[in-house]
Amino acid sequence: MASFILNGQAVSVDAPDETPLLWVIRDDIGLTGTKFGCGIGMCGACTVHVDGRAQRSCITPVGAIDGATITTIEGLSPDGQHPLQVAWVEAQAPQCGYCQSGQIMQAATLLQDFPDPSAEDITAVMHGNLCRCMAYIRIRKAILLAASKLQGGQPT
Amino acid sequence: MKQVFIGLLGVVAVVCIGFFAFAWRPVISPITPPSASGFSADLVAKGAVLAGAGYCASCHTARGGQPYAGGYGLATPFGVIYSANITPDPQTGIGNWSEAAFARAMHEGVARDGSYLFPAFPYDHFTKISDGDVQALYAYLMTLPPVNAPAKANTMPFPYNIRYLQAGWQLLFFHDGRYQPDPTKSAEWNRGAYLAESLGHCGGCHTPRNAFGAEEAGQAYTGALIDGWIAPALTAANPAPVPWTKIDLFNYLRTGSSDVHGTAAGPMGQVVHDGLVKLPDADIQAIATYFADIDGSSHSPVNVKAAEAKAIAASAQSGQPGVDPDAHLFENACAACHYNSATPPPAIRPDLALNTALLLPDPTNFIQVVLNGIGLQDGLQGVMMPGFASTMSDDEIARLAAYLRRTRTDLAPWPDLPAKVAAIRAQALE
Repeated sequence: MASFILNGQAVSVDAPDETPLLWVIRDDIGLTGTKFGCGIGMCGACTVHVDGRAQRSCITPVGAIDGATITTIEGLSPDGQHPLQVAWVEAQAPQCGYCQSGQIMQAATLLQDFPDPSAEDITAVMHGNLCRCMAYIRIRKAILLAASKLQGGQPT
Repeated sequence: MKQVFIGLLGVVAVVCIGFFAFAWRPVISPITPPSASGFSADLVAKGAVLAGAGYCASCHTARGGQPYAGGYGLATPFGVIYSANITPDPQTGIGNWSEAAFARAMHEGVARDGSYLFPAFPYDHFTKISDGDVQALYAYLMTLPPVNAPAKANTMPFPYNIRYLQAGWQLLFFHDGRYQPDPTKSAEWNRGAYLAESLGHCGGCHTPRNAFGAEEAGQAYTGALIDGWIAPALTAANPAPVPWTKIDLFNYLRTGSSDVHGTAAGPMGQVVHDGLVKLPDADIQAIATYFADIDGSSHSPVNVKAAEAKAIAASAQSGQPGVDPDAHLFENACAACHYNSATPPPAIRPDLALNTALLLPDPTNFIQVVLNGIGLQDGLQGVMMPGFASTMSDDEIARLAAYLRRTRTDLAPWPDLPAKVAAIRAQALE
């Protein structure tokens, strides 16, 4: 039994404490924007925010986030207009799209911690978010675009 | 021959009678539980702060149990000892203990019924608590809601379970007496020393113990393995690249995290967030003053900038292309949260080159955290780390530990890592 805030709404789930948060979000609550990739915290597809920071939901037991605030891709922005989402469309970042919600959630934390990220910062922080379509070049472009918009300037 | 034997028997009998006469402690008569309204609100409030300073609830509350109702199992080398119910329930708690009985337990380690307490209850520290503070603690505990929770049986084998023998332990290792201020030190230092040495019982974890379970004289605060974790040295022997200054100690004890040392994990999380949180800033400053003197940081210049720059240079490797499979393991599983490129690295992105767990002579704490993670309530509040117990093999965790030790410190490699990971993993499953 765990109670938490999911995308602004209070929820309680009757799942054993060790159930991965990802399963609860997808199977019990039915929000399927967050994806299952490897199940061992090594690919980033399941990334959500726990108290505002990116976490791999496939290795986070639901008991560990009791009382926390969880944000999934569905809750990142009420109208889907988060600067990263806008930049993602502008840069036409996705190919198949499967990893993209995890990429965006991780990129949001990247930009909180590194508002003006260098190429190395992006490589290091996004390293754990795999994209089997190899859309990395466009993902990087979208992140820089969003950073630039958030800083109020033009992309360089 | 027969006379010699009878003589010997006589000597043994005299020694035994002498020991029992020496060890015997009287019962203190039970009382009718005092009414909560009999205690002044100020005294109760003072006791609540002091109970925080001693983080009494951490040991006297079972996992998921009622506060102060006992039943928490402390794994000692002598067996598991379960904490007592210290709510004012007359049957199963301390409801019929007079203040004199409570004071004797705190100062002398003897229960109301005259039986000796085991020193898992740190009365070797509590003996230093002032009479006034014991009175306030009594007032606080006696006004808690009574909880009926019978004691759990300890698992100590014979002869460790004989309480009478504790009289011998006391004779060897226990020094009864209140804290004596050091007139050569400041009032703040003395306040910190009082809190640390008496209620705070910091040495209970941070000082190594001898074969009899007593803190080793002359080894105060040099670090020890306790409850599956290393309680690091609080002396100059602490291996942190940035010494623990007064401000770092204050930040850590107040928030559960220090920018240049890492976050509280294991039993220390509760000490900060369930215990010390009750203390005013001035008391935390006092404790910080005391330990900044013990570790020497208040006597020598501290070059934080150089240590930070070195840490960042090591961390920045994660942004570079490379083919080292151990580095890839780190970059995939850890760098999203632990990579840094600017000084000072923020507490919210704990930099491992500065992290005490990576610098200790023993990898226990590092392995514990990788296996079990850090809870939202443990260290820096609202920041968690998932555990990797179910996703990383012993070998992978060992490779990760070796890689970080190799690239983030100048220290010798940790030996036997895979076996150590396996042992700690097995311990958690017990």
